Amino acid sequence: MPDQTKRPIRIVVAKAGLDGHDRGAKVIARALRDAGMEVIYTGLFQTPEQIVETAIQEDADGIGLSILSGAHMTLFPLVVEQLKERGADDIVFFGGGTIPADDAAELKRLGVRAIFTPGAPLAEIIEFVKSECLKRREVLR
Amino acid sequence: MDVVEGIKRGDRRALARAISVAEGGGAAPLVAALFKETGRAFTVGITGPPGVGKSTLTGALVTRARKEGKSVGLILVDPSSPFSQGALLGDRIRLSEHFTDPGVFIRSMASRGHLGGIAGATGDAVMLMDAFGKDLVIVETVGVGQSEIEIAEVADTTVVCLQPGSGDSIQVLKAGIMEIADVFVVNKADHPMAGQLRREIRVMMTMLDWQGWAPALVMTQATTGEGTEQLWEALWSHHAYLQESGELRSKRAGAFAHEVRNLIVGRLAASVDGAMAGAVASGLMEEVADRVLDPYAAAEQILQRFDPKAPAATAARLAPRVRATVKGLHTASAAEIAHHREAGV
Ligand code: B12
Ligand SMILES: Nc1nc2c(ncn2[C@@H]2O[C@H](COP(=O)(O)OP(=O)(O)O)[C@@H](O)[C@H]2O)c(=O)[nH]1
Ligand SMILES: [Mg+2]
Repeated sequence: MPDQTKRPIRIVVAKAGLDGHDRGAKVIARALRDAGMEVIYTGLFQTPEQIVETAIQEDADGIGLSILSGAHMTLFPLVVEQLKERGADDIVFFGGGTIPADDAAELKRLGVRAIFTPGAPLAEIIEFVKSECLKRREVLR
Repeated sequence: MDVVEGIKRGDRRALARAISVAEGGGAAPLVAALFKETGRAFTVGITGPPGVGKSTLTGALVTRARKEGKSVGLILVDPSSPFSQGALLGDRIRLSEHFTDPGVFIRSMASRGHLGGIAGATGDAVMLMDAFGKDLVIVETVGVGQSEIEIAEVADTTVVCLQPGSGDSIQVLKAGIMEIADVFVVNKADHPMAGQLRREIRVMMTMLDWQGWAPALVMTQATTGEGTEQLWEALWSHHAYLQESGELRSKRAGAFAHEVRNLIVGRLAASVDGAMAGAVASGLMEEVADRVLDPYAAAEQILQRFDPKAPAATAARLAPRVRATVKGLHTASAAEIAHHREAGV
């Protein structure tokens, strides 16, 4: 069987809840694509169940959730919970948006791997996604 | 994870993983283990230009199929970027109401450089979904609108969607799409030019001699679901026709001949890539660029030493130069992409 670490990295980029701010999510989706990844964009208003089920069916290496509505302390933990429930917490879960530093720290404690806020360099985001997802593949192999 | 056992058990993660393995070029053992379980699903291809409403229509068809309890697998193909090999797969946006339905499995697929409107592994993914037990498998093509005829090799029934007011009827005549359509859909029936497009297609159809099945023509408004019932009926009439006429078997035999040929060409292509990589490394292409050697002579030279059984290598890709990336990515991108390619990711 061909080396499974060599397939393109696949990432689900999602927007959850009632948040209609989609510029950031689209910028991230485009940046990850330009870095050679296959990005599945779910569109707006997704529930945590929809996001996790999508990542499973798409065999995604990671989920990137974008939240600018202020609902991050509810939605991020719900996705973490859903991932655990589905036995899919090997999927690299990260996100971004207008999220205060204290909240970001708390979310990381709860299992979100990284939070990127306005002004985060795209190169840094790409490097994070790539290295975490490749690490995950090494473990799964 | 034993994906074969998983698929037989109905484990969605196993199916998801199996499709990835197939995309990565590892389909052979999976297909070998599951081939006897395939051939039961009704496979439908949906093609047509971007924006015509293929994804929306697919959603409407899923709703219709679920109404009578049929399980559905969807494969949504979008193009890979020739620059980064990355892809933005956005067809799911129109299908979110079906995301958590256990009877529906949705997979987005990047074309990964494959031309013809589908991905190289689309046929394998169809077989895997079929083996998984899906009653209906729908494939949405890339939708560049030109010579996307490979879908007809993968699908039992091919639906060609056309857009009113876009000059599509001319495209149909030009691109050879007419020949692959089992069902024509004029979507956006709410558009003022819809009636005209329908008349144009009718006229074109009367100009041809049809053997056996003449394509059905259905008007739909995918956003409201109007016309879905007629489309559903047209799909199943074609299905019934294929079975009763015996055409299903001959059609599939033809499609498999095409697939087997592709497998052989694919294997050869890998060896060609290996030979090319050697030639590029040895500076042969510089000789051509310097006009010392002509391209035909270079090809002849490589072929002289060509060994079709030589171990496959990945392509010595002379990718086009990247001219635009997202702002802020620019300085990182060249190195990033080079790194990415090196890693073969
Ligand atoms: C543009 C904008 C809008 C536009 C949105 C257009 C669109 N389609 O996106 C419009 C005018 C529609 C809008 C509406 C509203 N907005 Co507004 N909006 C903004 C604004 C000014 C900029 C957001 C933006 O697009 N930035 C540019 C993008 C590229 O940056 P970004 O999204 O932050 O993404 C970067 C990072 O955050 C991170 N990132 C983001 N997502 C992700 C995901 C992943 C996976 C990763 C890795 C990284 C990442 O990386 C990106 C690149 O660096 C912000 C203010 C601000 N300073 O952010 C307010 C803001 C987000 N809006 C706000 C509000 C309140 C609203 C409204 C409720 C206003 C109202 N009362 O109607 C509505 C709600 C609309 C809705 N349905 O959700 C508040 C939110 C407050 C909160 N969080 O509690 C903000 C913060 C303004 C404020 N200071 O009050 N808004
Ligand atoms: N007016 C109208 N718009 C439609 C109809 N069907 C789809 N659309 C819209 O056409 C756009 C493209 O649809 P989409 O399904 O993504 O097309 P695809 O690119 O062919 O998959 C979307 O904005 C749809 O809402 C229709 O019947 N009538
Ligand atoms: Mg589409």
